[in-house]
Amino acid sequence: MIIAENLRKEFRAKRGGEVTEAVKGVSFHVPAGAIFGFLGPNGAGKTTTINILCTLLRPTSGKAVLNGYDVVAQPHMVRQSIGLVFQDPSLDERLTAGENLEFHGMIYGMPRHERMSQIEKMLAMVELQKRRDDIVNTFSGGMKRRLEIARGLLHNPKVLFLDEPTLGLDPQTRSHIWSYLHKLREEKNITIFLTTHYMDEAENCDSIAIIDYGKIIADGTPDSLKKGVGGDIVYLQAADNKKAAAYINSFYGYNVSNGGDNICFEVEKGEEFLPSFIKKTDFEIYSIGVRRPTLEDVFLKLTGHVIREESVDAMDSIKAHVRMRRRG
Amino acid sequence: MTSNLTGIYTIWLRDLRRFWRDKPRIIAATVQPALFLLILGTGLSRGLTTTFQTENHEGYLVFIFPGIIGMAILFTSVFSAISIVWDREIGFLKEVMVAPISRWAVAIGKSLGGGTVATLQGCLMLVFAPIIGVDMGIWTVIVLIPLMLFVAISLTSMGIVAAAYMHSMQGFTVVMNFIMLPMFFLSGAMFPIAKLPVWLDIMVKVNPMTYGVDLLRRTTISTGYFSLFTDLLVMGIFGLVMTALAVVMFTRQE
Repeated sequence: MIIAENLRKEFRAKRGGEVTEAVKGVSFHVPAGAIFGFLGPNGAGKTTTINILCTLLRPTSGKAVLNGYDVVAQPHMVRQSIGLVFQDPSLDERLTAGENLEFHGMIYGMPRHERMSQIEKMLAMVELQKRRDDIVNTFSGGMKRRLEIARGLLHNPKVLFLDEPTLGLDPQTRSHIWSYLHKLREEKNITIFLTTHYMDEAENCDSIAIIDYGKIIADGTPDSLKKGVGGDIVYLQAADNKKAAAYINSFYGYNVSNGGDNICFEVEKGEEFLPSFIKKTDFEIYSIGVRRPTLEDVFLKLTGHVIREESVDAMDSIKAHVRMRRRG
Repeated sequence: MTSNLTGIYTIWLRDLRRFWRDKPRIIAATVQPALFLLILGTGLSRGLTTTFQTENHEGYLVFIFPGIIGMAILFTSVFSAISIVWDREIGFLKEVMVAPISRWAVAIGKSLGGGTVATLQGCLMLVFAPIIGVDMGIWTVIVLIPLMLFVAISLTSMGIVAAAYMHSMQGFTVVMNFIMLPMFFLSGAMFPIAKLPVWLDIMVKVNPMTYGVDLLRRTTISTGYFSLFTDLLVMGIFGLVMTALAVVMFTRQE
């Protein structure tokens, strides 16, 4: 359904300015009916890739075909085939929920009767029928998101793009949104392409690609990626993490990585390893535990660093603040 | 092609809906020119002697009335166009940009939408005509409306071009001070443009708004400075160039 071949995108800040390469040769294939997750930290090139696929940006080089149409040569056909839910809200908050959907239906050229019945259906799906005639700025953040999902699906697209669909939402609303997405896939066999930097959310996908600094560094099903990590993860916090790391490395030969307050390493059978390990150590351990590997560990292993949270760049923090306020 | 026409209609309809819903904005856009007309106008007309108080002159208030209509149209047009910047900030513009219609249709829809809204605002100003003693027949109004639309669409297109260079709504004060106010002051809306010092005369004559105001004045109170042909030609060229630029701006935008 989506084929990307060696996509690259360069940005030039100013005329004659420095060129930054946001996407450095990305290739992937998404079969019809799959939920495909693009996982990576902020600034990894996820949104740029989505913008290329939905014809908002032209790739510097490379090729992308969506529903059989080339994104550069046939942008109208591509646009007709896709629905989008953007990272930031994109509703006209002074219009009602119904009017926002009507605008969408009209601009996508849906005939009147089809538009009307689809608006009803979609509002019912996201449980907003009763709010149809309310102005959108009275909606909560979760309701706005649901309305955006309804809008993205209104014209029966083949592919639904979701750019960080749950960013800035509370955990309850997040799981609510995910239940819609699963329902959608079952009922409509729609292809879903989403980006996220929440590792736990990526577990919902059929397959994922991990992107960092503009390159795909791994792809596959969540399970196969986790198998790549190997055994179990032991994490511990010691009085002196550095000393502990050096000890584990020299004594057991394990690769120790730094994950925030803890240090962690992989072992074959975690539960059996712990008792003997604790007995033998000569340094003070504050806390220790063992768990199955998560995608977070996959990312850590592949890149050597934890997934970056919101960068603290001034503009970004203002944006994040505005986003939170507007998501309400 | 039909999809582009539907697109233009959809964008136009949204502008009208938003205008209609935003009553405080309609009131504000009426009150500001009304203040110029009723307070500044009345005050100034008492102080002005030579030109406006001879036996056969219609008086200062009547003279500036078409200029004030022009002001309402200018401000509403540019304001409507600049709402694109707001749409960009709230993300709504993306929804329009990924729709399966051509970019030129988006620009034209916006020009027509802003133009229509500004014309409605101009029509609202007509309620002051009887108050200040401007005698307008129904035919005058019928001729005036398409002329207002013509001027308003040209000015909205200019606003769209300005919006392309704005990065945030904060740029609005720049547009206000460097485009809208100079265009208004230099348009002869508030004073006759005969007998001006050379520097001012030049600035007035290179201002396209001057010809728009002249067009409105000619129609409302039958006194024009330039010929009808000059007014239409200058406004027409200005409108075409601005609309063409607006279309180019939208097509190039990523």
